[in-house]
Amino acid sequence: MDAQFAIAGKDFAISVTDKTAASSIVKLKHNEDKTYALTPQTLMSVSGEPGDTSNFSEYIQGNVRLYGIRNMQELTPSETANFIRGELAGALRSRRPYQVNILVIGYDGKGGEGSVYWIDYLAGMAKVPYAAHGYCAYFVYSVLDREYSPDITLEQGLDLIKQCFVALKMRFLIQFSDYTVKVVDKNGLREIKVEDL
Amino acid sequence: MNRIVEQLTENDAGELKLCKELEFELAQVDSPLTFGQQFTDVKSEKDAMIKVAHGTTTLAFKFREGVLVATDSRATMGNVISSQSVKKVIEINDRLLGTMAGGAADCSFWGRVLGMECRLYELRNKKKISVAAASKILANIVYRYKGSGLSMGMMVAGWDDKPGLYYVDSDARRLENDLFSVGSGSTFAYGVLDAHYKYDMSLDEAKDLARRAIFHATHRDAFSGGVVRMYWVHQDGWEAYPLEDVNDLYYQFHPEIALTNAQDSPLNLASA
Repeated sequence: MDAQFAIAGKDFAISVTDKTAASSIVKLKHNEDKTYALTPQTLMSVSGEPGDTSNFSEYIQGNVRLYGIRNMQELTPSETANFIRGELAGALRSRRPYQVNILVIGYDGKGGEGSVYWIDYLAGMAKVPYAAHGYCAYFVYSVLDREYSPDITLEQGLDLIKQCFVALKMRFLIQFSDYTVKVVDKNGLREIKVEDL
Repeated sequence: MNRIVEQLTENDAGELKLCKELEFELAQVDSPLTFGQQFTDVKSEKDAMIKVAHGTTTLAFKFREGVLVATDSRATMGNVISSQSVKKVIEINDRLLGTMAGGAADCSFWGRVLGMECRLYELRNKKKISVAAASKILANIVYRYKGSGLSMGMMVAGWDDKPGLYYVDSDARRLENDLFSVGSGSTFAYGVLDAHYKYDMSLDEAKDLARRAIFHATHRDAFSGGVVRMYWVHQDGWEAYPLEDVNDLYYQFHPEIALTNAQDSPLNLASA
């Protein structure tokens, strides 16, 4: 039931998640951040089975940060995504695999490009210009297919996010009261409030 | 518990076992979950050997002067009220409280283990454990048992520099927030709490709010009732308040409740 999507531009990427933590029919929390900063220029958003999401994400976050400290060289977004996929795949045939869906967004300083990696709980991975998980994908993908172009600017990207919010508000049964919108570009990682979009 | 202690000590070969994956004593069957389900009755539909005590209202919220914790005291097994005087607050130590919802045995057992782990933390590190760390210990324990059929919804409340409140359940979900309510009566309690809660409350206002929230939950939820049990967690620890029978509260509050106060209501004592 989570909203989770992301888009990549030439020199930036944007991640969107909803802020609700729900249990059956009850909203337990309205300000939950479902994203994890992995490196100064890589961010991962997570949805799925409650305990697994935080446990797996904190494990990944700890190991990616440790790599940066040990080698005095941060992993690139592509390397980070491949590491995450590998860890998911390793646990896939265990007694209890991680049931988490992940989007990795990043800005690769060397190549100077924004990127989105779509990873699902079966450890499938794809590098894509935009991606979504869960029910919200049914509403958001058509908007993105229609409006996205590879050379959009950050402003156009944020406007595209707003169009996705409109689609969800109009047609999705579940109403999200607030979203976490995070941008990564040459200046690093920052959050943008929905009202400032 | 001996196993946990064993794992923290050296074995015969003198090699430390800490890094080895912890093993737990589960039933020696293919699937502990389905094995347990054969004998367990969670939904009160069948005559099972083990019946899980369900139905509860617990709440806790942070406010200016600390954390207020309140619970009802009813235990039900199917349609039967098995007790009206259950203690759903676990006194983890003199500064930390836990609340019970879901399986009573799971909550009290793991609440006790958490108490032990918190004491060990204090002995090892020579400092008091934070609410964040204590709740994470509990979440990590239940994460290892995830999928084995544990049933619990606990809140951990305490004070470190400021009020601390976490929600931990048997899915191993762990959340921090200003206000939580757990159990079958939680939706009713939320209705009252959300309408009147503000962080900047005095102790008396907080107690009034908690009392009313539990009362309204017991009024509408058949699986909640008995007495209101309230605790206040502050800088120097927690203190408990006298129990208040929800039936007495009903007669105290009923003039203000519109439905029961209607002229033609059989419950309107004034017109009778």
